[in-house]
Amino acid sequence: MTPNLQTLHIKQLKLTLAGDTLLAMHRDIAPGEVLTVMGPSGSGKSTLLAYLAGFLSPAFQAQGELYLGDKRLDTLPAEHRGIGLLFQDPMLFPHLSVGGNLHFGLPRRARDKNAQVAKALEQIGLAGFETRDPATLSGGQQSRVALMRLLLSRPRAVLLDEPFSKLDTALRQEMRALVFGQLREAGLPTLLVTHDEADAAAAGGPIVVLE
Amino acid sequence: MKPRATLAAAVATVMLSLALPVAAAPAPGDWDAVLDAAEGQTVYWNAWAGEERTNAYISWVAEQVDALYGVELVHVKLGDTSEAVSRVLAEKQAGNDDQGSVDMIWINGENFAAMKANELLFGPWADSLPNYALTDPDNTPAVRYDWTIPVDGLESPWSSSQVVFYYDTALVEDHPDNMPALLEWAAQHPGEFTYPQVPNFLGNAFITQALLELSDTTDLFYKPMQEEDFDAATAPLWEFLDQLHPHLWRSGRAFPSNSADLRSLMSDSEISIALSFSTTEASGAIANYELPKTVRSYVHDSGMIGNMSFMAIPYNAQHKAGAMVVANYLMSPEAQAEKQDPAVWGSNTVLSMKMLSPDERALFDGIDLGIATLPPDELGEVLGQPHPSWVDAIVEAWQERYVN
Amino acid sequence: MVLLPAFGYLPVLGGNTFHLEAWQDLWARAGLGHSVWLSYASGLITTLVALFIVVLFLAASQGTWIDRTIRRMVSPLLAIPHAAVAFGLAFLIAPSGLLVRWVSPGLTGWERPPDLLIINDPSGLALMAGLILKEVPFLLLMSLAALPQLRPDSRVVLARSLGYAPGIAWLKCVFPALYPLIRLPVYAVIAYATSVVDMALILGPTLPPTLSVSILNWFNDPDLSRRFMASAGAVLQLGVTLAALLSWWIGEQAVKCLSQRWLTNGARSSGSTAIAVGGRALLITVTLLAISALFGLALFSVAGFWRFPDALPGTFTLDHWQRILPSVATPLINTLSVGLTATLIACVLVVATLEHAARHHLAARRVQWLLYLPLIVPQVAFLFGLVVAAESIAIRPQHALVVATHLLFVIPYLYLSLSEAYRRLDPRWGQVALSLGVSPWRAFWQVRLPLLLAPLLTACAVSLAVSIGQYLPTLLLGGGRVPTITTEAVAMASGGNRRLVAVLALLQALLPFIGFSLALLIPRFVWAKRRQMRGAA
Repeated sequence: MTPNLQTLHIKQLKLTLAGDTLLAMHRDIAPGEVLTVMGPSGSGKSTLLAYLAGFLSPAFQAQGELYLGDKRLDTLPAEHRGIGLLFQDPMLFPHLSVGGNLHFGLPRRARDKNAQVAKALEQIGLAGFETRDPATLSGGQQSRVALMRLLLSRPRAVLLDEPFSKLDTALRQEMRALVFGQLREAGLPTLLVTHDEADAAAAGGPIVVLE
Repeated sequence: MKPRATLAAAVATVMLSLALPVAAAPAPGDWDAVLDAAEGQTVYWNAWAGEERTNAYISWVAEQVDALYGVELVHVKLGDTSEAVSRVLAEKQAGNDDQGSVDMIWINGENFAAMKANELLFGPWADSLPNYALTDPDNTPAVRYDWTIPVDGLESPWSSSQVVFYYDTALVEDHPDNMPALLEWAAQHPGEFTYPQVPNFLGNAFITQALLELSDTTDLFYKPMQEEDFDAATAPLWEFLDQLHPHLWRSGRAFPSNSADLRSLMSDSEISIALSFSTTEASGAIANYELPKTVRSYVHDSGMIGNMSFMAIPYNAQHKAGAMVVANYLMSPEAQAEKQDPAVWGSNTVLSMKMLSPDERALFDGIDLGIATLPPDELGEVLGQPHPSWVDAIVEAWQERYVN
Repeated sequence: MVLLPAFGYLPVLGGNTFHLEAWQDLWARAGLGHSVWLSYASGLITTLVALFIVVLFLAASQGTWIDRTIRRMVSPLLAIPHAAVAFGLAFLIAPSGLLVRWVSPGLTGWERPPDLLIINDPSGLALMAGLILKEVPFLLLMSLAALPQLRPDSRVVLARSLGYAPGIAWLKCVFPALYPLIRLPVYAVIAYATSVVDMALILGPTLPPTLSVSILNWFNDPDLSRRFMASAGAVLQLGVTLAALLSWWIGEQAVKCLSQRWLTNGARSSGSTAIAVGGRALLITVTLLAISALFGLALFSVAGFWRFPDALPGTFTLDHWQRILPSVATPLINTLSVGLTATLIACVLVVATLEHAARHHLAARRVQWLLYLPLIVPQVAFLFGLVVAAESIAIRPQHALVVATHLLFVIPYLYLSLSEAYRRLDPRWGQVALSLGVSPWRAFWQVRLPLLLAPLLTACAVSLAVSIGQYLPTLLLGGGRVPTITTEAVAMASGGNRRLVAVLALLQALLPFIGFSLALLIPRFVWAKRRQMRGAA
């Protein structure tokens, strides 16, 4: 989908809170690769995500740099980084329709918006759902819409924040396959934060364990 | 005058006129100049607005002065006159000495005394108004003394009023004619009489009336109070009130807050006798559906307290000329006759009939006073308001005595 | 400006030196202690009772149509001006009031009203009843605006699955999370109730009146030197309000400690029937009282003469309406233009502040207490200073000055109505939007604002009602040049013609009523097809 695939470089990162070091990291994530970050609560996983996405609270200090290819990201505001996010909850905007949520993801100057949205819905087996209220969708359906919304926004890297933890077991398998399949196909560098060993296994990439 | 001083004065005058686009008010004595200056002015008249008939009358006045003099009159509706006093006070504090927002105030008694004492009033001007002579000031002390305070031309007379009692003839057979009789009646009809809580002006009027009626000699009440006279002079009053209160509405444990509350109690048959500072209150309230048609007015044999209310102009009013023109119009026979008509408002005139031409007098003769209003010859003697120092002192003592 | 005269400084009245005479005069006032106690106690008691009623109802409320109907009936009650409620209530419960009329002389045999001290009773019970009638809708509305974000349904479902009765489940699992969200509104209610003037004038004790009414009387006293004492009284009033707030805060801490055991003691259903019945019954009582009061007003506005003990006026007439209506066009327009302008400005300022805080992860600052100062200092005291200030910089009374003064009162209410909802909005909504590549501006317009539409509209309706209710600020700062429906109504109320007062009170209630109705209806209309967005309605 995206012609020029690039590597995400996390360089000499050190996150501190009031002088205490929370975590340090120096990693590259190649296009299509999923880096899994595991660790107990309080190990700084969510702080790492906030840093990468550009939402770090001013209470924390960050040293180090973040690059996508040779473009420096850590100095950019969140909306210019091109880093997409998936949370535990699908976070479909309740005030927009399913189609509206997907449109929201599309870049402003994208062509054939309606066609792209229709195609995305078709891909996840929800063809014709454009005008539906997200609240009327099942949990699995919502997660799939959220994934497509993310992909339609053409991110250049993706962060996954325990995206499967709220799904039941059967659905979880299916979503893992769908998410990782799509991300790999798009060739996006991905960072996954999870508690679940099975997530890590399904992701198939390197694993970092925080303490 | 030394040349330098003249120069300075000239410079000051020029600077002053530069600073003030609105020319200072013309001398009140030069009436043509006043009329000229008034034309095109907007006069903000701050007046208590609790009575719809009063407000309607003021609207009528506004139409008249617009047509006659080109003065635009705006009624600033107040719940309490002191709100306008506050405004003037704040302006003076802030040094706004010539562009005040209050042009004219409906005022009397204590508010007048306070504004006069604190030099918040413009004047003298009132005795220069062309219509002032119609009040026959030489023979009418009420025009020259507001609660014994010399008016000194700082306010122009507008309305005269007198306390009257009113009662429901369907509930009361014989109304009392004096304070001791009222006490006796109240003892026989517990809970059926009350008066507004002091320091409401009608409440004050009631205890003042009692003070005057129960005292053998009343001369000293019309001079500033001497501390040493107070206890002896007011002893009969307290004896009377101490006896009266247990028989009052709610046994004197609560009082209505003003004459309107009192009227409502009458309307609800909670009480059978009430009082008012307007001789036409009962007729007006009947017309307003507030009182039953069986209500009538009466006065005590010894006469009832009365006073006048006035127009005053704050020292810093921006439109003094306009205010004077309006105040003068308010004293005109047409405006006073219109005001006296109970169908309009029913507020008594301040003009002296003998000063009017036959045509002008005819305006008043034709007025139907209303079913529950006493004709002028039955209103009895008008007792003057005592000196404010006496009223202040008995009001203070009342609160000490009856507020726990 | 309040402080200086309290210590003897007000040059225009000859007070050029600082001294404590005003305070000595104040302490020497007959009944001062009782006045202070009345203000303090009525503030605390009414807030406690109102909160109790609201909490009990919410606990009992199961989302059935009855509960929804009750809720819908309560919110518009907020629109009725305080004075109108007081006036209506007085006519309802007075010995010559509507209730007695309806049962007399049939049941009671009374041909004349009994001589009972109900209104203006020395212990202030009538005043408290009136305050509760106004506080319940306010606290209920604030709670309903805050609730959806707590997902109360899933909490209750969870607790019920553990065997808790519904009411108990709500009290143990939802209320502890809800209280922090409505804490500021509760404090505002305490501050308001300790310093209320208009209701206390109509319903409160008179021998002596509450402190706030005494202060007003002293400020209005023709004897201008009383103003020194009045200013000292205003400082004392501030102290009383703060003392009431402090007492409440101590009470909060105590309840927090003591309730820990109750929350976790495992009792699952004791008292649940009482909650289910009591919660609904109390709120219905409040609602019926308020509606009857309103009904009384409506009756009076078309009443001819109405003798006791007739249940209805002997004759009906449209006279009163016909006399008032021709003159209310300008006041209505002024009311609306001032109210809307103030609300709009306040809305922009408050939302900008909150959005700024949200973007930069700023916590609430202590300075914000300054914002609430206008709510706890008696108006009559500091408005004088405000007029002096405006005059000193040569700003003459005008429309804009009135709007600016209204902002002092509108902003705090808007802020306290909106800030919790704004702050508690899941930050991930904004993060998702930004990570999809939209600008912060678009994320604000297209995500945050629509998500907050319901609380925003509610907050605006509250603000509009606050602006509409302002009397002294409008009169003093406007120099009488900006007549509003409220200045007309208060001026008319001083004359006490109940029929005309009723007409004006109903007119005065009309605009806020429209505001609240719109705040309720717009989200329901806009989100007709969005199930999750209708949670609040």
